[in-house]
Amino acid sequence: MRRWLIWTPLVLFALLFAIVAGGLFKPADRVVRSALVGKPLPDFTLPPIAPGKPGLSSAAFRQGQPRLLNIFASWCIPCAAESPQLVRLKAMGVPIDAIAIRDTAPALVDFLRRNGDPYDRIGDDRQSAVQLALGSSGVPESFVIDGRGRIVLQHVGDIRADDVATIAAAIRDAK
Amino acid sequence: MIAEAGLAALWFAAALAALQLAMAALGLWRGQAEPVAAVRPIAIVQGGLAAVAMAALIALFLASDMSVRLVVENSHAAKPWLYKFAGAWGNHEGSMLLWVTILGLAGGAVAILERRLPERTLIATLGAQAGIALGFYAFLLFASNPFARVSPAPANGLGLNPLLQDPGLAFHPPTLYIGYVGISVAFSFAVGALVTRDVGPAFARAMRPWVLGAWIFLTLGITAGSYWAYYELGWGGWWFWDPVENASLMPWLAATALLHSVTVLATRDGLRAWTVMLAVVAFSMSMIGTFLVRSGILTSVHAFAVDPERGAFILALLAIYIGGALALFAARIGTVRAGTTFSLVSREGGLVVNNLLLSVILGIVLIGTLYPLVAAGFGVQLSVGPPFFNKAAGPIALALVVAMAVGPLLRWRRDDAGALLDRLIWPIAAAGFTGAALVVLAPPGVLPLFGLSLAAGLAVASVLPLVGRNLRRTPLFTWGMVVAHLGIAVSLAGMACDSAYTSETLVAAAVGQPVRVGPYVVKLDGIKPVVGQNWSALEARLSASRDGETMVLRPQSRYFSDPVTTTSESAIATEWDGQLYTVLGQADGQGRWQLRLWWKPFVTLIWFGGVLIALGGALSLVGRWRRERRIAAREAYA
Repeated sequence: MRRWLIWTPLVLFALLFAIVAGGLFKPADRVVRSALVGKPLPDFTLPPIAPGKPGLSSAAFRQGQPRLLNIFASWCIPCAAESPQLVRLKAMGVPIDAIAIRDTAPALVDFLRRNGDPYDRIGDDRQSAVQLALGSSGVPESFVIDGRGRIVLQHVGDIRADDVATIAAAIRDAK
Repeated sequence: MIAEAGLAALWFAAALAALQLAMAALGLWRGQAEPVAAVRPIAIVQGGLAAVAMAALIALFLASDMSVRLVVENSHAAKPWLYKFAGAWGNHEGSMLLWVTILGLAGGAVAILERRLPERTLIATLGAQAGIALGFYAFLLFASNPFARVSPAPANGLGLNPLLQDPGLAFHPPTLYIGYVGISVAFSFAVGALVTRDVGPAFARAMRPWVLGAWIFLTLGITAGSYWAYYELGWGGWWFWDPVENASLMPWLAATALLHSVTVLATRDGLRAWTVMLAVVAFSMSMIGTFLVRSGILTSVHAFAVDPERGAFILALLAIYIGGALALFAARIGTVRAGTTFSLVSREGGLVVNNLLLSVILGIVLIGTLYPLVAAGFGVQLSVGPPFFNKAAGPIALALVVAMAVGPLLRWRRDDAGALLDRLIWPIAAAGFTGAALVVLAPPGVLPLFGLSLAAGLAVASVLPLVGRNLRRTPLFTWGMVVAHLGIAVSLAGMACDSAYTSETLVAAAVGQPVRVGPYVVKLDGIKPVVGQNWSALEARLSASRDGETMVLRPQSRYFSDPVTTTSESAIATEWDGQLYTVLGQADGQGRWQLRLWWKPFVTLIWFGGVLIALGGALSLVGRWRRERRIAAREAYA
């Protein structure tokens, strides 16, 4: 057997040791920061789900006007809790589109009837495919997108009353 | 008293490990008879003392002795006794004590049972085993003392993490650890054989039962852990590519490769260096796994405590043992005579392909697990998840299945490719027919389609070695191989069915509202509070009907007070053709409840296959043992 081949396992282990020791003594930053801010919105086209409401594609966010993209589902209870804030934002003139995650049409219609409907368009994401592409980990989650399709703000979790001003300001500044 | 006795037993065990190492070294170096004669008894007593320390810790947990810090931090007097008992290893210190206890017992078992290895190699093996034990005793005594007291003693403990309060805790960690740490015997054998330059068929035959035994437990432990995670975590998944799952998978992959290469060494005296290398790698993977879990360097559900100091301690041990063994390998293997060679189309060739593919999967899992660390070194934060592992390892695993179907049908030394194709007609027909039928009836994705077709082919191929034989005279280890390979086919079919045909429904359901999932219509009948020994819960009553038959499921959302945690207890109905899996979520305050429902066709095959694989290992072990005994009897007679 060739000499160098015999030593490869030891060399590989030394490499592994260096990596692990480095990781141990220089602990990584464990706070999750949004890696998406400043990135363009991924391309997607989603079919409609609610009757009388168009589906959603990424082209809708490149028409010059900043918009709020809300990711929600009828089975998600914090989504129902955040809906009054969305209705308020809508009343303040913020255009809102949505992606419905793993949902069905009757459940969604029922949800909108009970919680109000601030959405211009709703895309149907049965497999969470767009949700994953967006790097969103759960529902609800909201993104502020500027008029050129770039993500300006990611809001993880439900929008509370205190968050309304921040989001409205982000929409205003994105103009 | 019990705590002090346990600590004393631990110190004595450590001292005996040091003595065992010194005696072995002295005996091998000087060739004296007295130190050599002492090594076996010392190894036995050392293992016994470690077991005494573990028993003392269990006694403290059972008695809820709140003057011991570990009990205070991890137990509670109001806990059911089973979880007091199993809670002894549901924490960092206790699990490390279990680790060294199994290490010590494994060394003791080698000292008692191993009669065939040449004496010098056996002494070197026991010396290596003592060396490993010594390091981990030191880790326990200096950095993770499980018997430390607190003063004043608090009135009650903080309780066990409720996710661990499950019968799974009593079964999964000990089984997994017996497999994990049992592989240390193979490592020590390899080191022993390198020290005495004695690598050959006799060494392989002596090592094989130990590898097989550890591998059986490792298989069972992984299977049990997978099922536990499946029903306890309430995500409906059975494998998450969590770093710690990977940490148990890597030794299994290496041990599986070792199991096959050791057969080549035992039967045909080939693959000498490779087998020794695998024995070192298998236990190295166990130690790296232990390090990953215990240091908290990677974020995982299993990481009890993030502690760089302890991590540094284990890392130093890793450097000594793995680095030392690999250096010894490099220095010595050149002096081991090359074994026999063989043609590519032969049983040996098939086993080499098996080994290469297993090693590639091992490499992929290792790289995927450690990549976040490498990336963090360059300031990039990321995690590696199922998309990477499934895409990278999936196709290679399917290639491995093909090799597994073909391998056992090959003859040793040299075979004819044309004749092989004749033997493969039925498996190929089964795979082709299954694939075609699926595409027509219910087309799944590409990977599941290949998975199901290959599973059918492998199932047929795996029983072919029995065809045309007198079944009652077929050796048990052949039955073992057949059953284990069939187990892989069964498990693979379960995985493919689960990924292709699972239906999932998420709803906020009102009482009385019917919800469809798979072939079932599930109705929420109502919610009521229930109380357990140390928890209270909201329990949903769901009636699920299918083809006119109705059954009741009761998933719970449990609230634990010590420590304050909520867990969701899924309710699962197992049918012959799959499982209905239900989880209760939150309430919306308007009479609606979040429900997650899954219909998972044939998902149970995954774990049934795992049990079959372990059963195959057990048959093999008994078969080998019986043959050895027959040979020994014949030799004694002659």
